Amino acid sequence: MPEQITLSVNGRSVTVPQGATVAVAVAMAEAHCRNSVNGEPRTVLCGMGICFECRVQINSSLHQRSCQMLCSPGMQVRTDG
Amino acid sequence: MANARKHFDVLVVGGGPAGLAAAVSAAEHGARVGLVDDNPALGGQIWRAGVVGHGPGAARWIQRLEATGIEILCGTRVFDSPTQNSLHAEIESGLLELNYQKLVLATGARERFLPFPGWTIPNVMGAGALQALVKSGFPVSDKRVVVAGTGPLLLAVAAYLREHGAKIELICEQASLASLALFAVSILKLRDKITQGLSLRKELAGVRFVAGSWPVTAEGDGALTAVVVSHGQKLEKIACDFLACGFLLVPNTVLPALLGCRLQNGFVEVDRYQQTSVGGIYCAGEPTGIGGVDLSLIEGQVAGSAAAGHAEASRSLFGERRKLQRFSQALDRAFALRSELRGIALPETIVCRCEDVTYERLKPYTSWRNAKLQSRCGMGPCQGRVCGPATEFLLGWSPDSVRPPVFPVRVENLGAMVRDLVPQDSELLRGPQ
Ligand SMILES: Cc1cc2nc3c(=O)[nH]c(=O)nc-3n(C[C@H](O)[C@H](O)[C@H](O)COP(=O)(O)OP(=O)(O)OC[C@H]3O[C@@H](n4cnc5c(N)ncnc54)[C@H](O)[C@@H]3O)c2cc1C
Ligand code: FES
Repeated sequence: MPEQITLSVNGRSVTVPQGATVAVAVAMAEAHCRNSVNGEPRTVLCGMGICFECRVQINSSLHQRSCQMLCSPGMQVRTDG
Repeated sequence: MANARKHFDVLVVGGGPAGLAAAVSAAEHGARVGLVDDNPALGGQIWRAGVVGHGPGAARWIQRLEATGIEILCGTRVFDSPTQNSLHAEIESGLLELNYQKLVLATGARERFLPFPGWTIPNVMGAGALQALVKSGFPVSDKRVVVAGTGPLLLAVAAYLREHGAKIELICEQASLASLALFAVSILKLRDKITQGLSLRKELAGVRFVAGSWPVTAEGDGALTAVVVSHGQKLEKIACDFLACGFLLVPNTVLPALLGCRLQNGFVEVDRYQQTSVGGIYCAGEPTGIGGVDLSLIEGQVAGSAAAGHAEASRSLFGERRKLQRFSQALDRAFALRSELRGIALPETIVCRCEDVTYERLKPYTSWRNAKLQSRCGMGPCQGRVCGPATEFLLGWSPDSVRPPVFPVRVENLGAMVRDLVPQDSELLRGPQ
């Protein structure tokens, strides 16, 4: 079993295995990543860094692609919903 | 100015099977090699290292890699080529300048997505994307999944998800049973090539597979609840938690195009040593033709050896390469997209997800370039990587010429790029004293 990491998604505590991407934490928190130009909820489409649908705020950095970022302990993730 | 500068005899962009093989081969011939990938770890699509490490098959290459002095640069995204023999990449701490004698481009491929009503609902995603999410730690067990689209990747993904506890409700393959049968016959002629698709029969025993079938609507408010598929004559609605959906792969040719490498039918043109039309720049793997991991590995070895000045060393691989290329052509024919798929996007369906541009807003335009300028389609951060291949299929538009940055970059790095374009002592950019 890989080690577990705990982080926060929209204030909710989520535990993921070490090596998990932030997109995984967002999916486990049953949140979506961003709201589109017209306000539609969006999450992961490509899972490989090209579509930019998975953008979230990580700590103080805005518009980070959650599928390309690894979770770290205590990370604060904010999504649009 | 770049925050850091590095020099290599051979620089490899892309850390999938093709790039790994190229880097290892070049280093084993004594070259000083740098290997760059934008992901947090090497492996590319098939050997994506998530919470469980690299997949099987990768071990041998990782071992050889570790025995060499290759400098590995992960989390490094190449976005521009400011001058000849030099690339710019974005890294967490800023801008990295990569200088090289010879360059190997092994930038891989991405999935093609086709728009249909509901495809923007959360939990409708690429087949490879759901697989990647699970590889990176998402627990998929007991989730109901419909896998749809086309190509052998669907079966590989379904088998992977099932192994991790997902309930595969249905696999929808748009190709007809007749063309799948022809494909099976044509690859039998390639004798010893055991395709992954055929060897997955056991793993997928009992899973419902329908040929000549494709998704027409995804339903759900806030998250997916069901998908309607067409079996040609009749529709079927299936309740599910995820729709994993991809329509073959499209090669990542933006960087080769930026560097002036000639493309043919959307793929990078190479000679027998994998050298592109630009001397000293080689290309290996999916950008030269979608052929799977074995072909990527062979092309990588050929490119790496040639880039290190030992072009003839890999001659013994040419025969196998030819055989696998034939397999790749058979694949193209068998999984060609049926024309009915042009009808699944409705006028109000969003085509460009970055800017929420609908299909009806695109129809008046005659070219990608016009549509981009007038409707903002393709102007968002994906830079047309998603809607480009979709409109190419739906409307027959061909992609625009490539301009740097080939990925959205942070403002400070954009500044560096602009500075590289103007004379060093330019007043314009000197800013306040
Ligand atoms: C989403 C997806 C899932 C797949 N799953 C399977 C599977 O389960 N089984 C199977 O047999 N085949 C699978 N395939 C097919 C598989 O991709 C190929 O067979 C094989 O991985 C091709 O290897 P490659 O080295 O050519 O490309 P890739 O593996 O795609 O590697 C290319 C690498 O280059 C990097 N890159 C691209 N541009 C840049 C840049 N500008 N700067 C830095 N890095 C860059 C990419 O991030 C990537 O890591 C999948 C393909 C995709 C797209
Ligand atoms: S899911 Fe496409 S960029 Fe992250």
